[in-house]
Amino acid sequence: MSPPHRVNPQPISLSPRQPKDPTTTKMARSNFSVLTILSVILLLPVLSLSFSPDSPSDRRLLVLFDDLSLKSSHSIFFNSLKSRGFDLDFKLADDPKLALQRYGQYLYDGLILFSPSIERFGGALDLAAVLDFVDSGHDLFIAADSSASDLIKSVATECGVDFDEDPSALVIDHRSYAVVGTEGDHTLIAADDFIESDVLLGENKIEAPVLFKGIAHSLNAANNLVLKVLSASPAAYSANPSSKLSSPPSLTGSSISLVSVVQARNNARIMITGSLDLFSNRFFRSSVQKAGSPKKYDKSGNEQFVAELSKWVFHERGHLKAVNLRHNKAGETDEPAMYRIKDDLDFSVEIYEWSGKSWEPYVANDVQVQFYMMSPYVLKTLSNDKKGLYHTSFKVPDVYGVFQFKVEYNRLGYTSLLLSKQIPVRPFKHNEYERFITAAFPYYGASFTMMAGFFIFSFVYLYHK
Amino acid sequence: MAVTKTEPINGSTTKSSAPPLPSMPLKSDLLSILSLKSLRLKTKQQELLIRVSILCLVYVLAFITRLFSVLRYESMIHEFDPYFNYRTTLFLTQKGFYEFWNWFDSESWYPLGRIIGGTLYPGLMVTAAMMYWGLRFLRFAVHIREVCVLTAPFFASNTTLVAYFFGKEIWDTGAGLVAAVLIAICPGYISRSVAGSYDNEGVAIFALLLTFYLFVKAVNTGSLAWGLASAFGYFYMVSAWGGYVFIINLIPLYVLALLITGRYSMRLYVAYNCMYVLGMLLAMQIRFVGFQHVQSGEHMAAMGVFFLMQVFYFLDWVKHLLNDKKLFEAFLRITVTCAVGVGAIALGVGTASGYISPWSGRFYSLLDPTYAKDHIPIIASVSEHQPTAWSSFMFDFHILLFLFPAGLYFCFKRLSDATIFIVMYGLTSMYFAGVMVRLILVATPAVCLISAIAVSATIKNLTMLLRTKSKVSQTGSTKGTGGGKTSSKAMLDQSQPFQRNGAIALLFGAFYLLSRYAIHCTWVTSEAYSSPSIVLAARGAHGNRVIFDDYREAYYWLRQNTPPDAKVMSWWDYGYQITAMGNRTVIVDNNTWNNTHIATVGRAMSSYEDEAYEIMRSLDVDYVLVVFGGVTGYSSDDINKFLWMVRIGGGVFPVIKEPDYLVNGEYRVDKGAAPKMLNCLMYKLSYYRFGELMTEYGKPPGYDRARGVEIGNKDIKLEHLEEAFTTSNWIVRIYKVKPPNNRW
Repeated sequence: MSPPHRVNPQPISLSPRQPKDPTTTKMARSNFSVLTILSVILLLPVLSLSFSPDSPSDRRLLVLFDDLSLKSSHSIFFNSLKSRGFDLDFKLADDPKLALQRYGQYLYDGLILFSPSIERFGGALDLAAVLDFVDSGHDLFIAADSSASDLIKSVATECGVDFDEDPSALVIDHRSYAVVGTEGDHTLIAADDFIESDVLLGENKIEAPVLFKGIAHSLNAANNLVLKVLSASPAAYSANPSSKLSSPPSLTGSSISLVSVVQARNNARIMITGSLDLFSNRFFRSSVQKAGSPKKYDKSGNEQFVAELSKWVFHERGHLKAVNLRHNKAGETDEPAMYRIKDDLDFSVEIYEWSGKSWEPYVANDVQVQFYMMSPYVLKTLSNDKKGLYHTSFKVPDVYGVFQFKVEYNRLGYTSLLLSKQIPVRPFKHNEYERFITAAFPYYGASFTMMAGFFIFSFVYLYHK
Repeated sequence: MAVTKTEPINGSTTKSSAPPLPSMPLKSDLLSILSLKSLRLKTKQQELLIRVSILCLVYVLAFITRLFSVLRYESMIHEFDPYFNYRTTLFLTQKGFYEFWNWFDSESWYPLGRIIGGTLYPGLMVTAAMMYWGLRFLRFAVHIREVCVLTAPFFASNTTLVAYFFGKEIWDTGAGLVAAVLIAICPGYISRSVAGSYDNEGVAIFALLLTFYLFVKAVNTGSLAWGLASAFGYFYMVSAWGGYVFIINLIPLYVLALLITGRYSMRLYVAYNCMYVLGMLLAMQIRFVGFQHVQSGEHMAAMGVFFLMQVFYFLDWVKHLLNDKKLFEAFLRITVTCAVGVGAIALGVGTASGYISPWSGRFYSLLDPTYAKDHIPIIASVSEHQPTAWSSFMFDFHILLFLFPAGLYFCFKRLSDATIFIVMYGLTSMYFAGVMVRLILVATPAVCLISAIAVSATIKNLTMLLRTKSKVSQTGSTKGTGGGKTSSKAMLDQSQPFQRNGAIALLFGAFYLLSRYAIHCTWVTSEAYSSPSIVLAARGAHGNRVIFDDYREAYYWLRQNTPPDAKVMSWWDYGYQITAMGNRTVIVDNNTWNNTHIATVGRAMSSYEDEAYEIMRSLDVDYVLVVFGGVTGYSSDDINKFLWMVRIGGGVFPVIKEPDYLVNGEYRVDKGAAPKMLNCLMYKLSYYRFGELMTEYGKPPGYDRARGVEIGNKDIKLEHLEEAFTTSNWIVRIYKVKPPNNRW
């Protein structure tokens, strides 16, 4: 459609305030543009490397500490990340040059906050910047401990996780604590209540319990994206271990989460835990025996647990992509702009899973497509050919309107696939109805005999009087 | 007796036409006869010349008086519905007729869509497209918009011609000429036919009057050809406007009146049957009408009268065969009882079985003005469906309001089939004009015609007095005047000098009134009816004209800054404009065919933001558009329409209750407003950031100039929406619906 009204013409006359010598400004501008183009060209390989849509795994991680000693005390964790190909950038959390983005581009794909006690980040980083970082599709890894600051707690709160309000409270469990040499206050917990998901925690079962020492958190009931990966046993509670309990603890039992993850709607992934020690070399190395259990493991489950979880958080696993959403009339190949009611159509979509190195066909038998207009008129399970191609065919319902092909695939651990493609469905055109209906033959006969009779009658009346 | 009326009383203006011939054998000499004869021929030609030139001038006048809006603003389409008509016409000219006929529009009524080809009256679009193609064929490179803008004035000019012929048919040429002049500038008609008002009515009034004229002509002549012509006129009317229901009810009513008053004749039988049968078959070809024409309650009167006609004809025939009067009367009684009984049973069975659909809400609200207010808020909410105020009668008719009863008097004095028709047309349409403002339009031709009879007859009587006075010596020869003039002449003979002065004074009075009428009409046209309403004009502080072009600013913003498949939610008033100018999909528009969908939007607008967000998500809304007049003092904005949204929303979703938005039955937006009012979506979107704005000197910030109060909620926070665009005078505000919270 052309615009129904004339657009106001541009003023032709030059304004008197035009600079007298326009050439200099023009020169300067052209120089500037050359510079920009050059810099863009120079940056292009870097940009394309870092934002390759083909590889969803993170590459560049920013790690923030309270003090740099953590770098050595948690070196196993960092080395495992490095060996998996990540670029780690270690900084102090109050570094005044701290910035997540420059010129509108994010410098990192993931942020690891190992700085529980920080009250204010340095540089341009603050709560809103961290949340924006997540909301633009980047990952976040938070570990707090008993010294957790309000800042860290509020980051967690924004992600749907509430740490215990009592600053001195720790998770105490008198039944499933880890047996160590000296009988402690049962704050070192041997937790083995993992979430049952191969996507989140890998295919190899984590045999040994995970050592945990830190603060408790609970999930916000209003948030339905947050998941407990490692929960406390029913006997756990959150209280100050050094003082006597004066009132019942606010967080008890399995409502206490030790490690939680969030997969945001834009597939950014967040891990939150109340124990920084979980990642420490000491916990990785120590042997573990759960109280009441005769079995003693030489090595705690921490290393495996953390490695698998970090693979998930940094998108080395559980990432799906759907491409080539196609639909066409049965027997045709081109995608039409509009369907007619009662058309037969074919629908196909390809779904691949990221294995960490390459895209592999995703095989599942529960992917469904909806033909949707305010409610699904057609809901069909797609059949797949084991090579990633999902396909079905169905008949357009006898309802006209603006429909959508919708694939909504949410599975635990996997990125959610939300595809929709709008397609209008029109009614029959005037010449698409049946020309002659069998049921109407008496009427056709009636009208034609009437016409013939009228003709004969007129003829007789006019000429045979 | 009506046979005498088949010949129009034509020569009354020219005093010396055929009738004086018998009174010729007077003692005048041969020479004078000769000169008189040659003169007479000349006067007849002169009269024709004057008549034709008057008609030409009226034709031009009717056109140019409607061009104020083009001169004041620009050649643009006005208001709301014309934008839809324009869009469809554009589609028709670009894609051709079959695509238009089968057009399924996915850009409106998302996600339901609208079958445009089957839900509109295509007459206007086809007419404009034909004119466009015709001009193109003649190598005039015009834009379709110019054709659309000038369609209504062009048809108004044509209406004046029809009015002339109609006036001539029911009274005489003088009345015809006066009718043409009156209708050319009558504000009641101009309101719907200024340049740019590209609406169905612009063409339909022409078609309406043409159909009536042809039907009256058919009744007067009893000719099958005129009946056929009126059927085609009716077909054009059906294709152009839903107001054809008026024709298909008025004509049977008229026929019934003639039957009751004993004026049944063969002419009537031919005219009505031809018009009804052919008109019905033709009307059924319009997709929007289709089988409604034989199935819906509104069309049943015509069918009933059609059958009654056959019964009458049958009785006539039987009467012709039976010479026995007593026998015939018995037969008559039985037949009429049977016919009425069968008709009533058929109607009852048809209605009960659902074959005959009941009357539509609009039809009910015409017969019972309070019906819509109680039952169908969506009809009552439209400003042009409100009952007419007295002032708007005065505004639209001016002196015609006094002349109308006078004209009725003249009509009753000279009762014929044609005058009965115009009287019935005038009275019924006046009633409907009182029920709904927009129907003043339908009454206007009737009022003009009847008033023209009054003006023409009065002036003719008065001039007759003057002429007879000047030719007092030869009074005896001038007697061939129209019917009923002899009495006045007799009176004239008794007191001539007084009569003459009185006549002069009355003539001056008439000319004064008529010139006042002309001045009033021009003033009304220029001041009130030439505003496009999409561009607003106001007087600035220094008397200069200030133009608010905010609507187009907003629509172009939508067109250029939003994704092509973005869905815009607004109150239905702006739907057509958004699709036509913004080229974006809308949820509801001015074609109010789905009350539930509109109620859903009304519910969203009157809910709290988070509830509204759910509704908007379910409708895939990307942008919300509200119209706000608080900065400029523009009073027809969404806040003033808001109670209708509440009512319409509450009509379908009882969770929305009107008292929640009122304080002691009072609608207010200031601090004393109801809490739900202060926090509903419409209030928030209208007044977002308004609390920071100084609108008027000496008033606190957040002073609403449209309602003259300081608003009650100045600290408005939006959670699920964000401001996307606000026009320069804040008249249109567009908000973007945010995607759901990423982490929750």
